[in-house]
Amino acid sequence: MSTTTDETRKPAGGFGDLQAHPADSLNKPRIAIRNLDFYYGDNKALKGINLDFPDCQVTGMIGPSGCGKSTLLRCLNRMYDLYPGQRATGEAMMDGMNIIAPGTDLNELRSRVGMVFQKPTPFPMSIYENIAFGVKLHEKLSKSAMDERVEWSLTRAALWTEVKDRLNTPASGLSGGQQQRLCIARTIAVRPQVILLDEPTSALDPISTLKVEELIDELKHDFTIVIVTHNMQQAARCADQVAFFYLGEMVEVGPAAQMFTAPKQQRTQEYITGRFG
Amino acid sequence: MPDSPEHLVKSYEQEIKRLRGMLTEMGGRVENQVATAAAAIIGRDAAAAGTVVEEDPKVDALERDVEQFVIRLLALRQPMASDLREIVAALKITGDLERIGDYATNVAKRSLVLDQFALPYSLAGIGQMARMVQENLKRVIDAIGEADADKAVEVWRNDQSVDDFYTGIFRELVTYMMEDPRNITPCTHLLFIAKNLERIGDHATNIAETIYYAVKGEVLPQSRPKGDMSAYAVIRPRE
Repeated sequence: MSTTTDETRKPAGGFGDLQAHPADSLNKPRIAIRNLDFYYGDNKALKGINLDFPDCQVTGMIGPSGCGKSTLLRCLNRMYDLYPGQRATGEAMMDGMNIIAPGTDLNELRSRVGMVFQKPTPFPMSIYENIAFGVKLHEKLSKSAMDERVEWSLTRAALWTEVKDRLNTPASGLSGGQQQRLCIARTIAVRPQVILLDEPTSALDPISTLKVEELIDELKHDFTIVIVTHNMQQAARCADQVAFFYLGEMVEVGPAAQMFTAPKQQRTQEYITGRFG
Repeated sequence: MPDSPEHLVKSYEQEIKRLRGMLTEMGGRVENQVATAAAAIIGRDAAAAGTVVEEDPKVDALERDVEQFVIRLLALRQPMASDLREIVAALKITGDLERIGDYATNVAKRSLVLDQFALPYSLAGIGQMARMVQENLKRVIDAIGEADADKAVEVWRNDQSVDDFYTGIFRELVTYMMEDPRNITPCTHLLFIAKNLERIGDHATNIAETIYYAVKGEVLPQSRPKGDMSAYAVIRPRE
């Protein structure tokens, strides 16, 4: 009897190695958080968070209400500075700068880290002015350069073809989904490095939601994106990396495919499969 | 997995339990088919063989039910993590079980043909092989119900001895055929019977791999010792 080893004799079975998919590799961090604590007065809302946000990729943050995910988002552009009694300790390093250090230039920080909120919040002005407003705070542009910037932002936000003939009409005339894309356009107009999205589609219909998700997919080529969402399927569709928060702690972080097929922590498993409680 | 807390949505929990129930029922029927088919060869029992053949459409129908139910669950519940693994595993396992049922049916049909021949060959070897396969199948079907990854690994390892046994039977049967051409018909049927049993063992191994993935979220290593060497066996007539 002679033997060789090349025969595949078994009927096809088993599973491929999901964890080894090339799409799961993560880039170098744009922001690296180390030992971050956050307090609302005496209440410690974030406990010793360590998390990297990979450059030009999407990080999804999931967890039940009050778990600290939105709080962490608010740390990344120092939104909490607007409220007395709120403070953060630890490190959130971006290009050698500690975002949460007292001396950080907030205007510069917020031009580099833009944010979009749950409800579309267009300013009560024209579509054009909505975009130009933020740009003027940071840059002096000629009329033609500003026109270009407005077109560029609206194009990147997949809104240009829908609004190019009515740039001077009030933004309030747009649909909810269009308003949210306008807010995204407004955010990218100042050319930030990081975009924070706090439940950006929870007030939108399914088609508008898909358009925003498609937009996130496009934008991640140029921007680092952090998205807080209650919609697990949305995190699964959009994110490269997913972090699960519970009671102010980060329980688990990993590539999206791994988190949604085989999370390592029991609490993640129970939350993701809807067994929490 | 049975040891996790229940879903917040009770109807989802019930659907997953129903899926487990369907697989258990299908597993039980298939296990029975294999056992009856084995008894039909060894005991030369045509009536038993007939029941195996009759059972097959029921197993096929169960496979379709499981498939449709899995598609429904995927579409309506959008399962994640352990639920996703369990539900996709059910889809794969039902396919393996259906194939096992087919092989058992084929064994039963051949046993009917064998009844018409005087056998030159003791059926003890095939009987022994059938018992090994049945034991593995029983264990893997228990592992489905209990979501027991350790039991699955045991089955996965055990398949090697089935393969070795099959290679031995193959050589023996070819020898009988060379000795007397009148042996060729019954021995060819016996050869197919042995091959079918060996394939049943392979599908049990597949199920074991699937269970392991569903329970652990990890894939068993590719390098299982592979055994059926009959593909390379050369047996020459004595000069």
